Amino acid sequence: MRWIWIDRIIELQHGRRCVAIKNISLAEEVLHDHFPAGEDHPPLPVLPNPLILEGMAQTAGILVGHANDFREKVILAKVGRATFTDAAWPGYVLRFTAEIVRMDSAGASTTGTVHRLDPARPGDRPAALAEIEILFSHIDQARAGLDLPEHNFVFTRDFLDLVSQGGMRLGAAPAQKRFQEPFL
Amino acid sequence: MPQQQTQQQVFEKIQQVLIDALSVDDDEIVPEARLVSDLGAESIDFLDIVFRLEKAFGIKIEQSELFPDNILNDARYVSDGKVTDEGLEILRQRLPHADLSEFEKDRSVEAVGDLFTVDTVVRFVLSKLESQAA
Repeated sequence: MRWIWIDRIIELQHGRRCVAIKNISLAEEVLHDHFPAGEDHPPLPVLPNPLILEGMAQTAGILVGHANDFREKVILAKVGRATFTDAAWPGYVLRFTAEIVRMDSAGASTTGTVHRLDPARPGDRPAALAEIEILFSHIDQARAGLDLPEHNFVFTRDFLDLVSQGGMRLGAAPAQKRFQEPFL
Repeated sequence: MPQQQTQQQVFEKIQQVLIDALSVDDDEIVPEARLVSDLGAESIDFLDIVFRLEKAFGIKIEQSELFPDNILNDARYVSDGKVTDEGLEILRQRLPHADLSEFEKDRSVEAVGDLFTVDTVVRFVLSKLESQAA
C-alpha cells in the first residue's frame, strides 16, 4: 500500500470498524479509458471494480493495522468474495465500511460494504454498490525467518497521515467519528 | 451448555465452510478429499478455514492447532525429504485428529499436506466441541 486511493477516514473504532470515503473525479485518467466513446455510443466513465476493491482493501487494511497500533505488516492475502451490484460514476462519493470478523496473531478476516453517495442529493439514501470480504495476513507471522525489511513498509507515513488528517488518533481510542447525518 | 451437534450436522457445516473458503462444489467435499491435492487449498486458505470454523462453531482455535507449522522446516524432524522418527512422533502429538497410517509407509515431506482431509477437519472440530462441552 504505497499509494493512497481513499480520501479521508471518517470513522475508526479500534479493532472493530473503519469508514472511509473516496471522491470519484472525472479528472482521474482511468475514467477516460473505462470506457471511451465509440462511433455509435457516448463515453461511459465508470470506476473499474478492481479499483473499488482497492479502496476497500485500504480501508480494511488500515482497520487491521490500527488494531495492533500499526506494529504488524498487514498484507492482503485473499479476497474471499466480492459482489458488485451497481456502478461508480464521477461526481459521486464512495463510502467504504469495513469491519473485522475474526482476528488473531496470524491475521484477520474482514467484511465490508461500499455505498455510492450523491452530493447533489444529500438527503437520498446511499446506493449499495458492493460487498467485499478480505482476508489479511500479518506477514512477519506468516513468513518468520524470511529476510523482510525491519521497517513497516505497509503503513508508510502517507497512510498514518491519512488517519491523522481525518481527525483520528493513531493509537487505541474509543469510537472516533467525524461526520454529520444525514449525508453520511 | 451448547446443544450436542451430531457428526452429520458438523460435517454439513464444515462442508459449507470449505465451499466458501475454497470455492469448490459441495459434491467435491467428501470425507476422504484432501484439502491441498483434491480441493486446491493453498497456505493462506488454512488461515481462512480456521477463521471460518471459529465463526461457524463458536469455538476458539489457536493457529497451528489444526494445521501445525514449524515442523517441516526443522532439521530434527526432516532428513533427506523424509520425516524422521522424532518428526513422526511430533506429528502424532500435534495431529491427534489425523490418520497417519498411510503416511507412515513412505514419510515423504510432500505427503504431509495430504494428511489434511475433510475427515481430519471433522474429527478435529468434534474433539474441540467435546472438550468444550466437558
